[in-house]
Amino acid sequence: MNDITLNQLHPGESGVVEKLITAEPQLRMRLLELGLLKGTQVEIIRYAPLGDPIEIKVRGYRLSIRKIEAESVIISRN
Amino acid sequence: MTTTQEHIAVKHIAIIGNPNCGKTTVFNALTGLRQKVGNYPGVTVEKKEGKIVLDDGKKISILDLPGTYSLSANSPDEKIATDVLLGRLADTPFPDAVICVVDASNIERNLYLLSQIIDQHFPVIVALNMIDVAEQEGITIDVRKLSSLLGVPIIPTIASKKTGTDHLLSALKNALSVSPQARRWQMPDIVGQEHQELISLLVSNEKMNEHVAYHEAQALLSTPRDSRLLKDVLTAETFDHLQQDHQKLESLGFDRYSIFVESRYQWIKQVCEQCVTTSVKQNDLTFSDKIDSVVTHKVGGFIIFFTLMMVMFQTIFTWAALPMELIGEGFDLLGAHIGNIIPPGDLHDLVVNGAISGVGAVVTFLPQILFLFLFLGLLEDTGYMARAAFIMDRLMGKVGLHGKSFIPLLSSFACAIPGIMATRTIENPKDRLVTMLVAPLMSCSARLPVFALLIAAFIPHTTILGFLNLAGLVLVSMYLLGLIMALLMAWLFKKTLLKGESPSFVMELPPYRMPSIKNTILHMWERSRIFLKRAGTIILGVSIVLWFLATYPKLNEGTPSEKLAHSFVGRAGHFIEPALTPLGFDWKIGIGIISSLLQREVFVSTMGTIYNIENSDNNTLSLRQQIQSDVDPVTGLPKFTALTAICLMVYYVLAMQCMSTVAVMRRETNGWKWPAFQFAYMTVLAYVGTFITYKVGLWIIS
Repeated sequence: MNDITLNQLHPGESGVVEKLITAEPQLRMRLLELGLLKGTQVEIIRYAPLGDPIEIKVRGYRLSIRKIEAESVIISRN
Repeated sequence: MTTTQEHIAVKHIAIIGNPNCGKTTVFNALTGLRQKVGNYPGVTVEKKEGKIVLDDGKKISILDLPGTYSLSANSPDEKIATDVLLGRLADTPFPDAVICVVDASNIERNLYLLSQIIDQHFPVIVALNMIDVAEQEGITIDVRKLSSLLGVPIIPTIASKKTGTDHLLSALKNALSVSPQARRWQMPDIVGQEHQELISLLVSNEKMNEHVAYHEAQALLSTPRDSRLLKDVLTAETFDHLQQDHQKLESLGFDRYSIFVESRYQWIKQVCEQCVTTSVKQNDLTFSDKIDSVVTHKVGGFIIFFTLMMVMFQTIFTWAALPMELIGEGFDLLGAHIGNIIPPGDLHDLVVNGAISGVGAVVTFLPQILFLFLFLGLLEDTGYMARAAFIMDRLMGKVGLHGKSFIPLLSSFACAIPGIMATRTIENPKDRLVTMLVAPLMSCSARLPVFALLIAAFIPHTTILGFLNLAGLVLVSMYLLGLIMALLMAWLFKKTLLKGESPSFVMELPPYRMPSIKNTILHMWERSRIFLKRAGTIILGVSIVLWFLATYPKLNEGTPSEKLAHSFVGRAGHFIEPALTPLGFDWKIGIGIISSLLQREVFVSTMGTIYNIENSDNNTLSLRQQIQSDVDPVTGLPKFTALTAICLMVYYVLAMQCMSTVAVMRRETNGWKWPAFQFAYMTVLAYVGTFITYKVGLWIIS
C-alpha cells in the first residue's frame, strides 16, 4: 500500500483521500462537509512560513489545515 | 380583501451562503442604505436587516444570515443561520423564501449548502454570484441546465457591479408564489428507510415539525452525540430506535458520519459534470497564487505583515490630523456662538464648558476611528486577514490559541466589542473564552483619543533613524504592549484556568479580491453612527454630570484651581490620590480615571472639562496646551511630564475601562463570573504595570 497521511506530502505533490481517522466528531464532520471525501483529489500548495499550518487545494479552493489535523487524513499518493 | 392583505403583509426573505461568496455584497446591492444592524435576542450575533418595496407594492424584509458551509452548526454564528432556517429562533420570523448565494468560481462546495436549503422546502432563488471571476478562471456554467437539474431558478450575478441584482428582485416576486422543490439527491435505500422512520418518530414523539425532523434525523444518524445527553432530550422510544439504527448501519458497513455528506456530494458531482466545464489547465498559477507566494513567504510574509501594521497606524495618525483639527475648530465656533446667545452664568458654563467641550473633545476623534475601520475593512475584504491568520497560526499556537483567534484580536484594535463578537467563529468554547478574556488588552480605538492627546502634548515630533516619527513610534509601542500582554495572558490562562488541547484550525483561504468600496463605506458609516450615538448619549450625559460634580459645591472666592479642588470631583480625586501617587498620578488624573471607568475616551472629555473650568479665563488654549502648561504651585515644575504621559498610556492599555465590554462579556458568557474576573485581572495588571513603568522611568531619568 502507498497510503500515507496528508502531512507527509510535500508542496506540489498531490494524492487522493482514502479515509479520515480523527476521533473528534466535529473536526471529522467539518472536513467531510468541506468536501474531503473518499476519492477526493488534494494537493499541497505550501507550508506556512513557520512550518505549520499547511495550505491545501481541494475541489478548486484553498484550505488551511494544521499538521496535526492533516495527520488524520489518510491519502494514497498519485 | 385577501389581495390587499397580501400586499400589506411583509414577506421575509433570508439570504444565506458560504463565507466569502459575496453574500454581504448581494445584500448591500439589494438594500443599500435601507438596512438596520441589530442583534439576535440573547446573543450578540449581528443581525442585518433591510426593508425594500418591490415595484408591485409587495413589502419585503431581507435578512442577511451569517455565512456558513452547512447546516451542521459548529460555531454560534453558524448555529444562528441554521436556527433561523429551521424556524427555531424566537423573535425572528420564519423566512417565506430564501436567496442562496452561490460562488460560481467555487461551485461544488457551495452547492452542498444549497442542497441542504432546498431540502428544507423553501422557495429558493439562487444568486449565482461572481460569474465574472469564474469566467476568468475558465469555468463555464450552463445556467439553464443547472437550473433544471437543481429545480430552482438561478440568476447569474456580479453583485460587486450590481449586475443581475434587478433580475434577482423580479425573481423574488415570483418566488414567493412558487411551490418548493423536493429532495433530488439519493441516499442508499436502507438509509433512506431508517431516516424516514426516525422522522416519523421525531414528529410524533418529540413534536418536531416535519422540516426540523428531517434535518435532525440526519444529524442524529450521522453523529454520535453524547448519548447521556440524548437520553434526556429524546423520548425513550426514539432513543432506543436510534441506538438500533446506529448498530444496524454500522453492521452493514456504513460510515455513519459520511453517509449523507457523500450522497449529497455524489449528486453534486453528477450535476456539475453535466453543466460545468473547466477549460484552463489545473496547474496554472492563479493571480492569488502569485500574491500568496510573496505574502506567505518565509521572510517576506512577516515583513509585509509588520509593514502593513506599521503603515496602518502611522497613517491613522497623520491622515486624521487635518479633519480632527477642523472638527475641533467647529466645536469651538459652536461653543463661542452659543456662548454669545446665553448670558454668563451657570447655564452658560453648563452648555459651553460642560456639554459642548465634553462632546467636542470626543467627536474630534471620529476621523481616526473612520480610518481604522477603513483599514480593517479593506484587510478583511481583500482576503488578507485570512493570510494573516495563516502566517500567525504557529505563533498563536505557542500560546495555545489558533490563527482564528488572531482575527478577533486584530479586530479588537478597532474595538473589543466587535472583537469579542468575532470570537464566535471559534468552535472550541475554552479557546473562545481565552480569546474573549484577552481581547480588551488590544488597544482599541477608544484608547486612541487618550494616546493621541498625551502623545501630542508630550512626545515631540522628532524624526529618528531618518524616517521614523517618535510620536508614531510611541503609539506603535503602546499597541505592541497591548498585543504582547494579550498573548502572555492567553498563554497563562491556557496553562492554568482553561487547560485544554489545541483546537482545530480548518480555515478557508479565499482568493484575493478587489474590495468593494460600497461595502467598506457602509461598514464605516455603521461604525461611526454607533460612535456618534454614544457621543450624543453616554458622553453627553457624563459630560453634564461631571460638569455638575466639578462645579458644586461652589466656592465663591479663590482661583479656579481651588474651586475645582473644593468640588465633589476634586474631593473624589483627592480621596483616591494616595493610591495613585505610587503611579505618579495626581488627583486630576484620578478624576479622569474615575470618570472614564464607563468608557476610556471620556478621559479626554473629562480633562477637557476640568481644564476648561480651571482656565475659564483663557479659553483659547487648546486642551493639550493647557495640560502642558499645568504647573505644580509649590515646585513650579510641570505637573505633567513625558513620564506621566507614558505611565498613563500604559495604564490605559492594560485597564478595563469600558462598561460596554463588560456588558458584552456578560451576554456572551451568560453570567457575571467571567466579566468580573476580567475586570479584576485587568485592574491588577494595570496597577502593577503602571507602577513598574513609573519606577523604571524614574530610575532612567535619574
